[in-house]
Amino acid sequence: MSTRDAATALRRFGLGARTGETKRIAGDPRGFVLQSLAQADSAPLADAALEPSHVTFAAAMQAQRQQKLARAAAKDSPVMQDGTAMKGDAGDPAAQEGPPAPADATPTGRAIPPEAAPAASPPAKPGLVRREAFLNEAFARIGHAAATDAAFLERLVMFWSNHFCVSANKGPVRGIAGAYEREAIRPNVLGRFADMLLAVTQHPAMLVYLDNAQSIGPNSRAGLNRGRGLNENLAREILELHSLGADGGYSQEDVTNLARILTGWTVGTPDTPAAEPGKFFFAPARHEPGDWTVLGKRYRDQGQLSGQAVLRDLAQRPATARHVARKLARHFVADDPPGAVVHDLESTFLRTGGDLAAVAKVLVESPQTWEAPPAKVVPPYDFLVAVVRGFALEPKPQDLLRLTNLLGQPLWRPPSPAGWPDGDGAWAGPSALRERLRVAEVAARQADPVADPRAMANDILGDGIGAPTREAIARAETREQGLELLLMSPEFQRR
Amino acid sequence: MACPEARAVSRRAFLGRGAASLAVWSLLPKAAIAGTRDPRLLVVVLRGGLDGLAAVAPVGDPDYARLRGSIALPVSGEGAGLALDGFFALNAAMPVLHGLYQKSEALIVHAVHTPYRERSHFDGQDVLESGLAGVGRIDDGWLNRALAHLPSGGRANPRGLAVGAVLPLVIRGRAPVLSWIPKVNNVPLHDSTVARLMDLYARTDPVLARAFAEGMEIHRVAEAGPAKSAQPGAPGQTPAARISREFVEAAEAAARFLSAADGPRIGVLSYNGWDTHANEGPIRGQLAVRLAGLDAAISSLHTGMGEAWKDTVAVIVTEFGRTARVNGTEGTDHGMATVALVVGGAVKGGRILADWPGLRDSALYQGRDLAPTRDLRSVLKGVLGEHLGVPNGALASDVFPDSAGAAPLGGLIA
Repeated sequence: MSTRDAATALRRFGLGARTGETKRIAGDPRGFVLQSLAQADSAPLADAALEPSHVTFAAAMQAQRQQKLARAAAKDSPVMQDGTAMKGDAGDPAAQEGPPAPADATPTGRAIPPEAAPAASPPAKPGLVRREAFLNEAFARIGHAAATDAAFLERLVMFWSNHFCVSANKGPVRGIAGAYEREAIRPNVLGRFADMLLAVTQHPAMLVYLDNAQSIGPNSRAGLNRGRGLNENLAREILELHSLGADGGYSQEDVTNLARILTGWTVGTPDTPAAEPGKFFFAPARHEPGDWTVLGKRYRDQGQLSGQAVLRDLAQRPATARHVARKLARHFVADDPPGAVVHDLESTFLRTGGDLAAVAKVLVESPQTWEAPPAKVVPPYDFLVAVVRGFALEPKPQDLLRLTNLLGQPLWRPPSPAGWPDGDGAWAGPSALRERLRVAEVAARQADPVADPRAMANDILGDGIGAPTREAIARAETREQGLELLLMSPEFQRR
Repeated sequence: MACPEARAVSRRAFLGRGAASLAVWSLLPKAAIAGTRDPRLLVVVLRGGLDGLAAVAPVGDPDYARLRGSIALPVSGEGAGLALDGFFALNAAMPVLHGLYQKSEALIVHAVHTPYRERSHFDGQDVLESGLAGVGRIDDGWLNRALAHLPSGGRANPRGLAVGAVLPLVIRGRAPVLSWIPKVNNVPLHDSTVARLMDLYARTDPVLARAFAEGMEIHRVAEAGPAKSAQPGAPGQTPAARISREFVEAAEAAARFLSAADGPRIGVLSYNGWDTHANEGPIRGQLAVRLAGLDAAISSLHTGMGEAWKDTVAVIVTEFGRTARVNGTEGTDHGMATVALVVGGAVKGGRILADWPGLRDSALYQGRDLAPTRDLRSVLKGVLGEHLGVPNGALASDVFPDSAGAAPLGGLIA
């Protein structure tokens, strides 16, 4: 029985074969992948040690406040003159420390509340609070990827997490980048696109990352009082990246109007009476009044509901279906995917109202996604996970995290709101391959010392392995060299 | 086939890993053979949209202070701009550039823009780098096409060298390019494994074969250079120090390659992080930090080029400017015209070229942005023509198609 399709199931639709897996699923590779979609339970990444985002966000906010108070006390000066202290964060936006207090907070929020005076013991540093949460989340995510049986499901999580990416390089996002994925992406990965779009756009991580937490309607109560106003960053990326796509037919006016509609979508602070610190909060005092038109449809001002209505409408637009269909096909098949696959994904998205499970199923059930030759160079994170799974390694999670940095794909730190590059050869830069060879060398030394590279190659790649690679491995000088050639072979580097 | 998603992906693909990346070409331009000058060209792309009104502020414009509000450069006191011509002032974070300007080795072009008139980073960078008149196919960049019109100056196998995981569009194309990522890793590679892998790729996968072979070659060059910078990622570094280090490292590498007697002559550097939507901080905040980093990079380039500085032109460009008005969050959103900088010992500098449109509300583009009055392509054509000797005919047709309205700007080169 051919194991070629099994290798496709485990690579194109998975995270790499584990010992014995290629042979085990060879009878029904497609069924094996589809089984992932029935294991929705394994998407949420249950781990009791992981805190909800608002807990971490609030703890970091609290720590930061205490730090400022302590500094102010040390300088014997009456605290900052305003909430946007520049000292210490005169760096990049990554160092910005959270949204300013919503305008409807009591003005006394800027004075020192007696109970918040510096405690006797040194308070936790905000950076440490965030770092600890980030690492816990990262370790849980990597551990899950290395161990999961529902690898296709995890691949979908990774795809959507990248589609709706945030970056931990922006200070306040760091502590909640992982929780964001667990709270906004994972629960919706087999649900509806509209629900994911709403969950993502209302998550503090996204609101902070794309600056909406600070955006204020110029004619809102807060805008008139404080002379601050709109920030259109989130609105633009929703249209350009998250929903319609760059050619989705929207105008600058649509961007501005969506930004207006989304004013008030922010994050609660301890100073906001009606809000829970660290959670999504709709601040009516910041919301731009008025009815606004987006993509030709006029939205009556209903506060938070107007924004939700726009997002639901965006999720149903044909341009969104096309954008998502192309992006999925390119990610799972090739830069230039078979037209029928794109068409089926698009029509299924439209017909089912954005049912992401149905859309994912189309990917698996289309014969063409199985026939297309392996084109995509595996991204660094996926490469590392495949090495760990293939060689049954048990690396320290912090070592793996370090290697994602070394290979150029630090976890939850994409270079821009567009996420990581996804072109067929995007990850095949000259230096990149050289660095991978270093990783392969380390992995080969850690692999089972009695493993036969030829048997390992069969086990991991099955019939998907070509004669030249088979030959190169068989003729290797040493066992380690054979394993390195296996990991660096085009069959292992592409999917 | 150039579907929007493919472009969206590739557009940001070349944003690279860190805040900086470098690409260089080992092609000797024709002018080098003539013997008068051995010209070097470095193109620096600032990704994210540099706020030209904060970098080179029109402090003499009666509407400037009003529009800019809290982020206007003050006329005097802390953060006051460095005087240029009485009307414009240079951001105080850039004393080195100011010094070069005074020595006539820096030229500032203002209210300049590519033909792009929308506000997407992706499309804006595509137009900037492709050299096309609008958003379209993005197979190659203007710099790559320009090089096709330069006979190689005695180099049998002219090729380029790029730093970063993915090549910037401006340098992509038919002329081959290598790439290099500065990395710290002590795992030694065995020659035998490298040779076997090269052989395997050669038999199975031409793309991986070329990439791997080039990667091995580049590292040999890169590692031959002095390792003087601090350990990357050292703890306790401020964001300002980190950005400055990343910018400087890339500039040092560029200078190392470009100044070498038999080294490449053409390079591309990318610096990221200019998208200052909130808390722009042109005086003490994030933009000041990045401008200071850029200034330090210019200084490193100046020093590192040594004797070759007199033959050097660096063109510093960005995909678009930012809104004329400060936004509601003390930042600025995506806008239109901005500033371009041309620095180097070969530049006829000490001047500001600006057909200033003014900042009156009625003069702003769509009522919000600095109006473009000069086509950036005319500046680039001027440099390519005068400095590298790219023929005018090629500039007008192949390098910058549909650019008849943007005649080459003469007199940029000393």
